[in-house]
Amino acid sequence: MKILYFAWLRAQLGMAEETISLPEDVNNLHDLIDWLRARSDVFYAAFSDMDVIRIAVDQEYVTENVPLKGVREIAFFPPVTGG
Amino acid sequence: MVIVQEATFDTGTEIKHLTDRNTQIGAVVSFTGLVRDFNDGSAIQSLTLEHYPGMTEKELEKIETQALERWDLTESLIIHRYGKMDLGDPIVLVITASAHRKDAFEAAAFLMDWLKTKAPFWKLEENASGNQNWVSERSSDIDAAEEWE
Repeated sequence: MKILYFAWLRAQLGMAEETISLPEDVNNLHDLIDWLRARSDVFYAAFSDMDVIRIAVDQEYVTENVPLKGVREIAFFPPVTGG
Repeated sequence: MVIVQEATFDTGTEIKHLTDRNTQIGAVVSFTGLVRDFNDGSAIQSLTLEHYPGMTEKELEKIETQALERWDLTESLIIHRYGKMDLGDPIVLVITASAHRKDAFEAAAFLMDWLKTKAPFWKLEENASGNQNWVSERSSDIDAAEEWE
């Protein structure tokens, strides 16, 4: 599964995208966020306040916890500021 | 039509293309967003727009589809740029054309209000000393978008 990071989240993590094999105990979005947080202090800090992070699953916004089975791409990013 | 591009654009040329030889159009409204030299009281030297290729186009197309369902439009166009821009450069263009002005006015306002809170773009400002700052979302933008719900 591909994970994408944008804007200050990308800068803070020093990474625009990565491909991961989902660990067996990671079944849904909340599991994934917990798993990312546990990786390092940098990830923990970046994902500490989920109010400032928006999530897209296969390029569609999600606000609820969703199962990750069959998902190809997840993106984490700050609230958008275009226009 | 939705166009996401790095290159600049000319509003006048785009309006002419969109309305040329279409005599059903009685009203054309355009909004052009420009890079200004200040934000929240600080001086800005340049602006870089990052986006999410793929999702950006999808979101803009959804927003345009909404506008076409809600208003009677003959034509519509959204151009949004990404990459580094200088002061005064155009960032975004929305054009709506209809038989009568009300549809064109309202749809153009709607398109801008919705794209500001939904299209995955992020602004990075740079000042004269080279300091960079990611622009924060504005509650006034969220309020404006919610009025169309």
